[in-house]
Amino acid sequence: MTDWPILSTVTFLPLVGVFLILLIRDEGAAARRNIRNVALLTTVFTFVLSLFIWAGFDSGYAGFQMVEKVEWLGSGISYHMGVDGISMLFVILITFIMPLCILASWESVESRVKEYMIAFLILETIMIGVFCALDIVLFYVFFEASLVPMFIIIGVWGGKRRVYASFKFFLYTLLGSVLMLLAIMAMFWQSGTTDIPTLLTHDFPASMQTWLWLAFFASFAVKMPMWPVHTWLPDAHVEAPTAGSVILAAILLKMGGYGFLRFSLPMFPDASLYFQPFVFTLSIVAIIYTSLVALMQEDIKKLIAYSSVAHMGYVTMGIFAMNVEGIQGGIFQMLSHGLVSGALFLCVGVVYDRMHTREIDAYGGLVNNMPKYAVVFLIFTMANVGLPGTSGFVGEFLTLLGVFRVNTWVALFAATGVILSAAYALWLYRRVVFGALTKESLKGLLDLSTREKVIIYPLVFFVILFGVYPAPVLDVTAASVDALVNNVTLSIEATQAATLR
Amino acid sequence: MYHAIVFLPLLGFLIAGLFGRSIGAKASEYITSGFLIIAAALSWLAFFTVGFGDGEAFTVPVLRFIQSGGLDVAWALRIDTLTVVMLVVVNTVSALVHVYSIGYMHHDPHRPRFFAYLSLFTFAMLMLVTADNLVQMFFGWEGVGLASYLLIGFWFKKPSANAAAIKAFVVNRVGDFGFLLGLFGVFVLFGSVNFDTIFASAAAVAENPDASGEAIFTFLGWSLTQGGALTAICLLLFMGAMGKSAQVPLHTWLPDAMEGPTPVSALIHAATMVTAGVFMLARLSPIFELSHAALLFVTFIGAFTAFFAATVGLVQNDIKRVIAYSTCSQLGYMFVALGMGFYSAAIFHLFTHAFFKALLFLGSGSVIHAVSDEQDMRKMGGLRKLIPTTYWMMVIGTLALTGVGIPLTVIGTAGFFSKDAIIEGAFAGHNGLAGFAFTLLVVAAVFTSFYSWRLIFMTFHGKPRASSEVMHHVHESPPVMLVPLFILAVGALFAGIVFHDWFIGYHHDAFWKGALFILPDNHILHEFHEVPLWVKLAPLVAMIVGFVTAYRFYIQSPDAPRQLAERHQGLYQFLLNKWYFDELYDFMFVRPAKRLGRFLWKKGDGTVIDGMGPDGIAARVVDITDRVVKLQTGYLYHYAFAMLIGVAALVTWMMLGGSY
Repeated sequence: MTDWPILSTVTFLPLVGVFLILLIRDEGAAARRNIRNVALLTTVFTFVLSLFIWAGFDSGYAGFQMVEKVEWLGSGISYHMGVDGISMLFVILITFIMPLCILASWESVESRVKEYMIAFLILETIMIGVFCALDIVLFYVFFEASLVPMFIIIGVWGGKRRVYASFKFFLYTLLGSVLMLLAIMAMFWQSGTTDIPTLLTHDFPASMQTWLWLAFFASFAVKMPMWPVHTWLPDAHVEAPTAGSVILAAILLKMGGYGFLRFSLPMFPDASLYFQPFVFTLSIVAIIYTSLVALMQEDIKKLIAYSSVAHMGYVTMGIFAMNVEGIQGGIFQMLSHGLVSGALFLCVGVVYDRMHTREIDAYGGLVNNMPKYAVVFLIFTMANVGLPGTSGFVGEFLTLLGVFRVNTWVALFAATGVILSAAYALWLYRRVVFGALTKESLKGLLDLSTREKVIIYPLVFFVILFGVYPAPVLDVTAASVDALVNNVTLSIEATQAATLR
Repeated sequence: MYHAIVFLPLLGFLIAGLFGRSIGAKASEYITSGFLIIAAALSWLAFFTVGFGDGEAFTVPVLRFIQSGGLDVAWALRIDTLTVVMLVVVNTVSALVHVYSIGYMHHDPHRPRFFAYLSLFTFAMLMLVTADNLVQMFFGWEGVGLASYLLIGFWFKKPSANAAAIKAFVVNRVGDFGFLLGLFGVFVLFGSVNFDTIFASAAAVAENPDASGEAIFTFLGWSLTQGGALTAICLLLFMGAMGKSAQVPLHTWLPDAMEGPTPVSALIHAATMVTAGVFMLARLSPIFELSHAALLFVTFIGAFTAFFAATVGLVQNDIKRVIAYSTCSQLGYMFVALGMGFYSAAIFHLFTHAFFKALLFLGSGSVIHAVSDEQDMRKMGGLRKLIPTTYWMMVIGTLALTGVGIPLTVIGTAGFFSKDAIIEGAFAGHNGLAGFAFTLLVVAAVFTSFYSWRLIFMTFHGKPRASSEVMHHVHESPPVMLVPLFILAVGALFAGIVFHDWFIGYHHDAFWKGALFILPDNHILHEFHEVPLWVKLAPLVAMIVGFVTAYRFYIQSPDAPRQLAERHQGLYQFLLNKWYFDELYDFMFVRPAKRLGRFLWKKGDGTVIDGMGPDGIAARVVDITDRVVKLQTGYLYHYAFAMLIGVAALVTWMMLGGSY
């Protein structure tokens, strides 16, 4: 079993589904049903298989596990895969979210079902690849490739302004990645390798670190997204189909944070320390600014999108606190946000499928005829607010604690997000769910269907489970984060000792 | 046993919440209430074994929670005298409120949901009082906030209820902001958030105060010494207490919270949740005792709130709001006691207050129930003969609240022992604000007596002011509502006589067994007995003055209040509008936040970022390409073109400069 290339299997299994779907040539309703079934089965099977990764994972070991390495492009560029405590759970998150996305598109996507499912399956392969790649070129290929299916998903199956939104998305992210490509080339010339584990031990000269850090930062900051390069996200979310929003919020945003942890911090520790105040400032601005903006939104999806930016502010802040609490908090916050924001977009999708509007004012009093919906929406709203007992709390708490140890001012400003998030989230909930049911158009709405329950209830379960008992996640990440923090601290100390001498 | 006390309400919540629809309202009511009665009985058992036994404090482990870096917290139940006192208060009042609600909510279609929320609240409150670390306490703290939000907004069709629910949650979050920062401070200073470790370190500090004045902690740019750091942490934590316990300036949510059903007001907004702040300070007495500055601030806020809320209570016309302001004011008394380092008196008042204030609230619920859901006292009057049992229960509650008793003896109602101890403690205390606090508390006692009797007179005496139709329907409540009132009345009458020796008297040390920490030079326990005679008589005089004034105003010459209000229109409006706090906050925080939000969205995101960023670039690119190459292409080519030029330029620069 140890020789079995499980990571590659999980990564490329969705492509098998793509192949099967391509074999379905028909156009009728039966064909569409078959396509959906194939996609669903593929993603479910991938999820089940990915659980073996978790089961076989040794959480006491800090380095990379389940490593596969094959020569690929020459000059040392290889097909190199592996996971550690930082990346492993993201793989599980992807495979877990994917079947839910397929189910969420079951009835809402009627046109070009074949292409739609293919885009999602390809996207799954790419996303898993990003988190498993241990060669920087391979990483870059996956990282960039993720743009294409998402661009297509928004551009083809999106809302009215889908073209504007998809180009904005494309423009922002491409601009960032071009700079990253340059940095990767420079790193290769300097160190002579593209192998990530080797690069992790390589000391880049301090002057070079600065601009390499900036180049990577440009790419990751857009992906996060951090203020002020966040404006693509609300538009992309608003126009994307429900499943697209879910993927965007749950997975694609996490690539930025993962990038900081995999590259910026361990490879450019001195630059990370140098830019720490800069990142803190942007994070605080993101938390306060986007929370205030969220307060005024009239579109449900836009409001949740802005709240995502605020939550990602906690992540960047925690990561750059550069201590164990902050980084573990950042990872936890990313995973939890993956569940919570994904779930919130699914909740919006539930009412959007019925009403075909995202205007907050078009709703009100849904609790009267959708009590089950009201309950799950409340749970996710509370998780979004960071209520203890939900997964949202643990990440927010640890990032704030981590940053408090470094800089109390930052913690003070960031903690105001605790107040603001309560304000915008409860205000949204009150306007959509509470109140009397007066609008004629809403009176016939039905509560969650069985399919919707199957999608949403597992998310409820995990949001509460990880809120009460976060140990499974924290245990898995602990060893790798400890090692990361140690290495960063050591090399910062070494540099400081060198400059003093 | 302790697991059962804490988790039975959770089980009740899950059953009523998940299966309420299938098992029906009756079953939900009986299951939740039954569990709570069991939990309450077990709590009293725990109270007698722990409080009157001689065991040490101990911890019951439950589950792992958060372990990360230096942080290690677990779910665990800390059992000592302070905990069991709170267990008794919470579970007793909760059980009675559950039972009472079976009658009160009789006509409501959403009873399973209501009982589920009540049990959820109780569970969260129990987690709060049994917490053995600050994170678990914060869990309970926020959990009760959630339950309070849900219960205030229980009648979700009422816009005012929804607004009040959000207000309660958000204002509480302002306090929680302080709580969180204080929690982080504790972690940095003591290296742990577990009470055992914190208290051990604090005790070490108490024995060897850091004389060197060395800076050990940097907070917001200030280098703080040990004393300074402790003060900063205590003040931050106290901010949380101010939010939860409705102290000025974070009190504004409590009166609005009366939008919720009356049993909720009795349980959450009188007897239990709002006392969480008092509990927190008592629990953390080992660190608060080390910071004189923080205790001074606590005294100031407590005394001011006691006075402020009492003044507002004088003129309110909504029966529940009068009691709400009374609660706010009484919490102020408790904080004064805490500020004096007289922790046991604060907890004693918390204990007795739970009985008589729950009694008053449930009694007023019985009144409201009788007069067809009317809450305005101007439309009541003359109900004494029609609902005599409720009337006498309310009178007992009022006697206890105003602290009726015979000075210099041990005969008196519950409030007589606890409230008078606080007033005497305020006089005897060595705190710099002791005189200020004593004066305000005595004045507040006059007001308390006045508004309490005003409530009784306006509601039960005089001529009926309700329509004859309403009067025709007035009826006494069913036994299921009255029996809880009887039980609370027993507590309101006798809790003081029975327990004062243990809480604040001769058996103090044997009872608390170190659960409340006091420094060796804090002698308030003895000193409050030795105050001059006039101080001991002051509360009695205050009470009589208030009673006589209320009697003259509302029985003898019912026109007098109106004339007085007209003569002092300005003052009257000021009080009626609650010192204009809500208007001030709306002007200072709510509107600017909304304006700023809109500005950042439209101008910041729209004009500046998008204008200079993607939209701007797109426009420029179109401009340039239009001029340079008159190609008719779509957007993508423009972007790709710009990108290509950029890449080419950068690569050239790198190759030529080679300065990576």
